[in-house]
Amino acid sequence: MRTILSSLLLFLSLSVHANEAALNAEDPVIEARLVKMAEDLRCLVCQNESLAGSNAELAQDLRREVRAQMKAGKSDQEVIAYLTERYGDFVLYRPPFKPVTYLLWLGPLLFLGIGVGIWYLTLKKRRNLKETPVDEKQIAAAAQLLEEK
Amino acid sequence: MKRWIPLVLFAVLVGFFAKGLFLNPREVPSPFIGKPAPTFTLPVVGAAERTFSPEEMKGKVWLLNVWAPWCVSCRQEHEVLMSLVRERELAIVGLNWKDKKREAEQLLDQQGNPYVAVPDDLSGKTGIDYGVTGTPETYVIDKSGVIQMKHVGPITPEIWEKKFEPKLKELGA
Repeated sequence: MRTILSSLLLFLSLSVHANEAALNAEDPVIEARLVKMAEDLRCLVCQNESLAGSNAELAQDLRREVRAQMKAGKSDQEVIAYLTERYGDFVLYRPPFKPVTYLLWLGPLLFLGIGVGIWYLTLKKRRNLKETPVDEKQIAAAAQLLEEK
Repeated sequence: MKRWIPLVLFAVLVGFFAKGLFLNPREVPSPFIGKPAPTFTLPVVGAAERTFSPEEMKGKVWLLNVWAPWCVSCRQEHEVLMSLVRERELAIVGLNWKDKKREAEQLLDQQGNPYVAVPDDLSGKTGIDYGVTGTPETYVIDKSGVIQMKHVGPITPEIWEKKFEPKLKELGA
């Protein structure tokens, strides 16, 4: 009798535990989508943390909101549009490519171009230096000076 | 002449960094400037049967001040707001943001109430709709219900003089 009771209790405790775990990850698909998206979003309170990693209250609220919208069937783009409407492009760790961000995205290329330009000019200058005709007289004078020693 | 070029470039770089160093990272440009204020209907603190919605303010220039009883810098701001409404006619709506401990009513009773209405945003959803990142934040909304300015952080008398006063004048308040 005792063993039956204790095994029953054990079984019950197991099922309770399983239930809790299920509640934490109610919908693993949405949870995975949330984490993936929130990693590219900025927490507005601790600005160098992502929305996925931040424990700030606002970040929790926003995650809850994103989760709710995903559950309601909104696509990732729609959820991101919802956030940028309210917080601007600042929430995105990958800013969109548009006129104000042209310099941001193309800046590195621009600097690379400037570097290549300077490199090219320097090489060209060196080549021109090499091609200056050799002054025979000067060489003779130099040789004479060396021989004098 | 040519050897000055690196120094000049360096000075430009220093200029950029100096500017960046003194910018306030909290001053996130709000995408709402020039857009209609999001609408909401919320119960009002201290008046159980009343609700507040921004439509009630049509035809007036008004401020939406997002605050909370648990917010320390809001206490300082509270005094500034009190002296402002004592001196002049000013419609400030105080959105009570995420007041989970329900302290707003008591606090306003004790320390005075500078607000024409205190909508109660317990869940914080309305704050999110306005792009609030923290308290206090203040929006200036014009007669047609369009957001004209946003200020992040407490209002001090200097900030009021420099930022709010000219804006309100421009909007004809």
